[in-house]
Amino acid sequence: MTTLPELRDALGPNAWLDEAIERIRRHPAALAGLFPAAGRRCGRVPLPGLPGWTSDEAARVLMLAEAPAEVEPTYRYGDGDEKRAVLKALPLVAAGDTAVALLADALRTNDPRLVAAALGPYAVHLDQAAWRQGLLKCVFMGVPLAAVHGVRERADAELAEMLSAFAKERTAAGREVPADARELLDQLMGA
Amino acid sequence: MRIFDPHIHMTSRTTDDYERMAAAGVRAVVEPAFWLGQPRTGPESFTDYFDSLVGWEPFRAGQFGIRHHATIALNPKEANDPRCRPVLDLLPRYLAKDGVVAVGEIGYDSMTPEEDEAFATQLALAVEHELPALVHTPHRDKARGADRSIAVVKESGIDPSRVVLDHLNELTVAPALDAGVWAGFSIYPDTKMSPARMVKILHEYGLERILINSAADWGRSDPLLTARTAEAMLDGGFTSDDVDQVLWRNPVEFYGASGRLDLSDVSVDATFAGNSIQRGGS
Repeated sequence: MTTLPELRDALGPNAWLDEAIERIRRHPAALAGLFPAAGRRCGRVPLPGLPGWTSDEAARVLMLAEAPAEVEPTYRYGDGDEKRAVLKALPLVAAGDTAVALLADALRTNDPRLVAAALGPYAVHLDQAAWRQGLLKCVFMGVPLAAVHGVRERADAELAEMLSAFAKERTAAGREVPADARELLDQLMGA
Repeated sequence: MRIFDPHIHMTSRTTDDYERMAAAGVRAVVEPAFWLGQPRTGPESFTDYFDSLVGWEPFRAGQFGIRHHATIALNPKEANDPRCRPVLDLLPRYLAKDGVVAVGEIGYDSMTPEEDEAFATQLALAVEHELPALVHTPHRDKARGADRSIAVVKESGIDPSRVVLDHLNELTVAPALDAGVWAGFSIYPDTKMSPARMVKILHEYGLERILINSAADWGRSDPLLTARTAEAMLDGGFTSDDVDQVLWRNPVEFYGASGRLDLSDVSVDATFAGNSIQRGGS
């Protein structure tokens, strides 16, 4: 799993971010104004060497790490990109399973970027029923299963049944079953 | 033809509208926070609405290749309800967002002391957050409402070139332009302003500091009246470049003053744009 020092290194020198982190360290409430500004100040570009991470997300995770008590309100008042950054920060900044309600919130949305981010490494704290529903929702929404953390390890017989029923329904409707879902199903069925 | 609708309430519109707008050339919209027909009763229904304006609605628009930004404020009508006013304390959180390009709609509905206070407070927020301001002019007693709005804008100290006075007509355009603010016109099926009347105003007052919008919402309105006005301009002797100035470059200039307008290409399949993790990165 990606670490905070790796994120900081990948961003390179950034005086604005250093000062923002210092301010948040002294006054955690400053996060409310600084967290949303990260995209404008640090860009929104993919980070070299850290696949799946953009510069604004990395900056936001580093800021949130200085004010872990602000995780909930930061998510509550976040726009789509901010909510996604909070979800990606959880395995690095949240204590135990204290933030699992945020995953449940994200899984209720209809935004595939949030649904996918909710199924990252922190999803180990999701109960199995919620995780299966989340995975099936990804298949429905067309989110590539490679975006979901640890699928092979966690997929079980119950998920196989759900995927099998999904595949039958799609086939009956003359619609395609996504290749990655079909592959996972075949694997679970021992084909 | 590329069209930027600087004032439209997409929350109230369907995906059919998005499809027709995209087909007509609409590539960017600004959705101002406003009332919803049914009055709200507390700050939390505002924040859920604001969340939608910076979350779900931009996502929805992106699926049709349309870039969506918002303006955030406590609207004048609901500024009169003491149960709603606490939302003023939550505005700074939203005024910090990437997708928020102005404070608005602010201004007057019935010109009460409560509206005076909310208007002045929110103009001060615009100055503090270095954002433009979108000012709604009242539908009743419009001329006096516009004059009084201009006076409040002058008193606030905000640069008038960062303010638009909206829903203007033949009687209120001159005072607005004379005061140095932008003049906004809402083209409606049978009230406010029509394409033909708009073209006459453009002939008389020119193209500078003019914004044309559909203000389409939950009432009888039409998101394509921006395109119809563009056609009426061409029929009325204006050039394609004139149309581009009024329906694209002017709103880009006005909202661009926020420093947050993002008009980088919006692909038709925006769902996974830029998210390499979803392309199989991990």
